[in-house]
Amino acid sequence: MALMLKGARLIDPQVGLDEVADILIRDGKIVEIGHDLKMEKGQTRDLSGKIITPGLVDMHVHLREPGYEQKEDIESGTRAAAHGGFTAVCAMPNTDPVIDDAVGVEYIKARAKEVGHSRVIVSGACTKDLKGEILSDMGFMYEHGVRAFTDDGHGVQDAGMMRRVMDYASQFDCVVMPHCQDDSLVGEGQVNEGECSTRLGMLGWPAEGEELEIARDIALCRLTGCPLHIQHITTARGLQMVRDAKAEGLPVTCEVTPHHMFLTEDDIDDTYPTSLKVNPPLRTPDDAVALVEGVKDGTVDAIVTDHAPHTDWEKDREFELAPFGMIGLDSSLAAVLTNLVHTDIISYDRMVEVMAVNPRAILRQEPVKLEAGSTADLTVFDPDAEWTFEISDIRSKATNAGFLGHSFKGKATDVYVGGYATMEDGVVCEPGI
Amino acid sequence: MGFAHKHLIDIKEYSKDDIMLMLETASKFKEVNERKIKQVPTLKGATIVNMFNEPSTRTRSSFEIAEKRLSANSLNFGGSSTSTVKGESLSDTVETLCAYKIDMIIVRDKHAGVPRKIADLSGVHVIDAGDGKHQHPTQALLDLYSIWEEKGSFDGLNVGIVGDIAHSRVCGSLLPALKIMGANTVAIAPPTLLPARPDVLGADEVTSDIDGVLPDLDVVYMLRVQRERLEGAPFPSLREYNELFGLTRKRDSLMKPDAIVCHPGPINRGVELDSFMADHPERSVILDQVYAGILVRMAALYLLLGGSNDGIDA
Repeated sequence: MALMLKGARLIDPQVGLDEVADILIRDGKIVEIGHDLKMEKGQTRDLSGKIITPGLVDMHVHLREPGYEQKEDIESGTRAAAHGGFTAVCAMPNTDPVIDDAVGVEYIKARAKEVGHSRVIVSGACTKDLKGEILSDMGFMYEHGVRAFTDDGHGVQDAGMMRRVMDYASQFDCVVMPHCQDDSLVGEGQVNEGECSTRLGMLGWPAEGEELEIARDIALCRLTGCPLHIQHITTARGLQMVRDAKAEGLPVTCEVTPHHMFLTEDDIDDTYPTSLKVNPPLRTPDDAVALVEGVKDGTVDAIVTDHAPHTDWEKDREFELAPFGMIGLDSSLAAVLTNLVHTDIISYDRMVEVMAVNPRAILRQEPVKLEAGSTADLTVFDPDAEWTFEISDIRSKATNAGFLGHSFKGKATDVYVGGYATMEDGVVCEPGI
Repeated sequence: MGFAHKHLIDIKEYSKDDIMLMLETASKFKEVNERKIKQVPTLKGATIVNMFNEPSTRTRSSFEIAEKRLSANSLNFGGSSTSTVKGESLSDTVETLCAYKIDMIIVRDKHAGVPRKIADLSGVHVIDAGDGKHQHPTQALLDLYSIWEEKGSFDGLNVGIVGDIAHSRVCGSLLPALKIMGANTVAIAPPTLLPARPDVLGADEVTSDIDGVLPDLDVVYMLRVQRERLEGAPFPSLREYNELFGLTRKRDSLMKPDAIVCHPGPINRGVELDSFMADHPERSVILDQVYAGILVRMAALYLLLGGSNDGIDA
């Protein structure tokens, strides 16, 4: 089965490509890229006016399956991913049961193959049950393809335990991805400590609760040599630590979310909007500016959603009782295009690096390039489509989106995974990768 | 002319004039409370739900008395029978109450933001009777009333608030209210009991040295040490707290001769206040505050439920 994508602007900084050309795909691979390509038989799609990039990867997503299917499952989560323009997501292991052994890994892989609308890259827990006490079955999970380990949702509280995790992991070609949160400082913190916590009369979640563990884990990276990827970094000082670690030559990378860049604690008004209750919390405008600067200057390696679905009845509660998290797969690309690319803060090339190239590299996945021989995982978007984000634009089971009501410019229209469409003209295709 | 507000949730939404009207209205209700039969038919037919989702004796009793003296029909909803204990969501509880066709909900909840949520859901009048560590506006109004009765004006008045400001919903309303009225405010506390940004609440000055500021204060507002709400231990012992921050007899000599002492109750004698100060005939207005609670709550019920200052004697 051959597929011809005609007339789109192709952008891939990995091969220095930025021009209008055609892509010929056969058997899941890119066969040829060039002008006025011909094909004997097969499907041809006219994508004039669109942009095609290597398929986007969201390396921080909660699919909630197994155990929390009322919030999301692999089918619905990857449906939202495809709808948002992603060809792959990395699923976090904080499910029930926790993905801390090979059986869990194989379950996710099997389900994704059966019902997925995108590839699902499985991450495993660092410690059994995310408790921070006993090493997870890292070696077994590695044998089953896992290349990233994280206790996401929890900081590993004990420095000695974190050292053991990183020491042990360093024998494999993998990355350890900490969620940095010192519980003794954060406690029951609800929102950023400072103006917001004082104004709303709730316990504060101080920046230092995150920064202390970032500093600690960078030190442990220096000690163990284990590659380190700091998850959802939110503060200017935390980012500076990563910048310094990189300058020192340590194998440290980091990610930021659209909501920590484009929303701040000031958006949490006295209606106590629970969709803006996230962990780590929305920080100050100065922090948000620093994160954007980090994306621009290369300190930030990846933009991720931390897509965290919850049911309406869980979120429609008292702020202090509602769970942390917002969904983001449906809006991430649009938010980045609107706030970073169309504002000329970053180029399309840089966007492709932080949303496609780097996530694959950090997760030890085979690169996807716009060149002959590469796997045909492709994202197609209309850079000029103007739209307002409504509940009807959500394909996740959940609706706890922080950007509802925001106006965007740019929208994914078509997605191809291994040469097969997972979305065509904005309509997500039937599942099964 | 009707009152400008539908709710009493965030004191910061009230102007100086709104608050003065509230205090003047409260003052007019004194006459009712001095009659032999202390009841007027003003709110006859209005249905008010007292939704107290966390234990409260004083505030709830004060509201109940205010409601009864205005002849409102009131329903107490909460305590161990609350639907939340049975797993019902706040939204469903509020919608159930609204199906009773009520006119006002007075809500106390241990979670911040609940009164606003109820107002948005219900469409009826809402009074915040204390939400988490956020606000407690009727407490602030009764405090202002007591200060106003003693001092006659707020302009340039130096008010010091001493104690657990970090966990105090009283401060969440009182500090901004004092700023609205034109007073100068000092937050006095150990750093472990200060919020991250006292200035956001309205504190002009922040100090841990009570003796350094006591000579300038016209009003010394002592907060209760909320022993049940102190996660971790913010000070080593009650005895040390009393030594460093308590309004003790020996501090009397540092105070202005006409300085008054306020406290929202209940008092921890020997911790934040010595009996000498709590019972001080010239300085202590603590029992006046309790009475003021009835007056301002009557005023709030009356003004919010559609009364005007003119019609009060009718």
